[in-house]
Amino acid sequence: MTTTTKNNEPIITVRGLRNTFGEQVIHENLDLDVRRGEILGVVGGSGTGKSVLMRSIIGLQTPDDGEIEVLGESMIGRSEDEAKNIRRRWGILFQNGALFSTLTVAENVEVPIREYFPYIRPPVIDEIASYKIAMSGLPANAGPKYPSELSGGMRKRAGLARALALDPELLFLDEPTAGLDPIGAAAFDELIASLQKRLDLTVFLITHDLDTLITICDRVAVLADRKVIAVDTIPNLLALDHPWIQEYFNGPRGRTAALSHKEGAAA
Amino acid sequence: MAANGAGKARSSGVLPTEFISRTTSRDMADVNGTSDDHQGESVYRVAGALTITRAATTQREIDALPDPLTIDLSEIDRMDTVGAWLVYRAVRDRGAKVVGASRDEVSLLHQVSEFDVPARVRPEESSSFTRVLTELGEWVADAGSTLLGLLGFFGATLIGFANLIRRPKRFRVNAVVQRFDVVGVRALGIIGLMSFLIGIVIAQQGSVQLEQFGAEVYTINLIGRITVRELGTLMTAIMVAGRSGSAFAAQLGTMKITEEIDAMRTIGVSPIEALVIPRMIAAVIMMPLLAFWAMLMALLGGGIFVWLSLEIPPLTYVQRLQEVTPITDLWIGLIKAPVFGFIIALAGCFQGMLVQGNSEEVGLRTTTAVVQSIFLVIVLDAVFAVFFSSIGWR
Repeated sequence: MTTTTKNNEPIITVRGLRNTFGEQVIHENLDLDVRRGEILGVVGGSGTGKSVLMRSIIGLQTPDDGEIEVLGESMIGRSEDEAKNIRRRWGILFQNGALFSTLTVAENVEVPIREYFPYIRPPVIDEIASYKIAMSGLPANAGPKYPSELSGGMRKRAGLARALALDPELLFLDEPTAGLDPIGAAAFDELIASLQKRLDLTVFLITHDLDTLITICDRVAVLADRKVIAVDTIPNLLALDHPWIQEYFNGPRGRTAALSHKEGAAA
Repeated sequence: MAANGAGKARSSGVLPTEFISRTTSRDMADVNGTSDDHQGESVYRVAGALTITRAATTQREIDALPDPLTIDLSEIDRMDTVGAWLVYRAVRDRGAKVVGASRDEVSLLHQVSEFDVPARVRPEESSSFTRVLTELGEWVADAGSTLLGLLGFFGATLIGFANLIRRPKRFRVNAVVQRFDVVGVRALGIIGLMSFLIGIVIAQQGSVQLEQFGAEVYTINLIGRITVRELGTLMTAIMVAGRSGSAFAAQLGTMKITEEIDAMRTIGVSPIEALVIPRMIAAVIMMPLLAFWAMLMALLGGGIFVWLSLEIPPLTYVQRLQEVTPITDLWIGLIKAPVFGFIIALAGCFQGMLVQGNSEEVGLRTTTAVVQSIFLVIVLDAVFAVFFSSIGWR
């Protein structure tokens, strides 16, 4: 397996990205590299365009300017057919799960499999969906339930199961722990970290959760002033003299999160 | 993609299990060569990537091989969880042996085996007979509870009106005026155009039929009586139900989902007073005005057709209309209108307040609101028709 060596080969490259909504400039000259095999956390204040950045990378938002390469292929101006080959290799978890409400959880997980691999026999697809559901930490009886019957945390897990349906190389997570209780959030962090190790995923993770950042992220990209002002490990970020970064990680919440992480590591 | 290190580590003593042997394929070949016990055994040897991309083929190939089966993984360089699942499945269902797996592949196989919990995909379905019975029962219970709920909602609005009369200061003038604009003024264009066209259609169809008896002049009777007495109000009600009844349901339903209505309640504002009553007042007051407007436009459309096609001049048309259309026809049309408006607002707001759960429900409830209000309007129209003719307003 040649692809697993954790070299610094970028799996996502963003260069000179510019996004605007009417008069409002969201991104200006934004550069970002995501390396293969890492969990990259993306942080930034509200309205700094974290989700817009993700939507630009996955092609839901056409940027005004700039270059975006994912898995070595340019994402801008692609035909629908070409884009399919890339879409097969990534999985996306939207903020609220974005499950198809008319399908059961298991059917949701089966949608990408049926779309891309229609020749796999239905009983095998059902089995694949079942173990993906179990892998995402859902109980077995969640399979035939409809999204409206699930709690917020379960919906996120179901969304994760769907994102993992095709064994992607690249996983995009938009605030996966938002709205979960601390225990649920910690379990979700652990789940993502263990899946990342097992399946050798590259994870692009938008979050506000300092615990998530400190526990599972290899590097953190900070969005501010319309661009990525720094991408580094948290200790290195702390050495930077940027007021927002200092306030974010060294504020009372940041310190508590770091402390509890250290205690956890020591224990 | 797959759990696998650089290169194929084959150190011994990691995760030994009964079903996955980590001997290399060469060892296996030796065994095969020397032992007669393994006669008739089939070996599935796969090279390259064992991933979801070739899952269908792999599955078919494995199924085609006879028992006892040995799966040789020594030549694969990539395996993902789907590939591991297919191998695991063969082990589980057919007792296949696995040889030549690297440490990472073994651990991947173990991981998927951990998650082997039989999960159903679709909710359980009962037999068709019981399902029909269940559905019928649910439908009856549903219809009953809807009727009760509508009655309860009607009561709640009456209480709301009573409260407003006792404390008129709480009356929300701005909200009502805004509803007047949305329900009434903005509907003028579409209702006017619709009625105008209906007037033309009635005149045209009527004149074709009456011409056969040489009685084209009675087209005017037809236009006058049917638009003023029936169609002006009925068509307006249908339009208002589709335009405003649905909007009421969708607005209140969305507010229910975003918890705005709950927020209102906790602050102490009654949603009935703040949301439902302004909409009802708007619908009740606007309906007769719109209906009158619709009647005029239909008469205008019919008049223009009669003038151009039957060459009856406008003045004669108006004179004849006055002679053949009794004033009670206008009263009938205008008495029905506010009642229809009330029904439309009641059904729309009621369905909106019933929304709970997800956004899909808003769509369902909106549709139900429109269907319900149009249905009730037509039923009431029939009742009115019987009533008015029996009191002698023919």
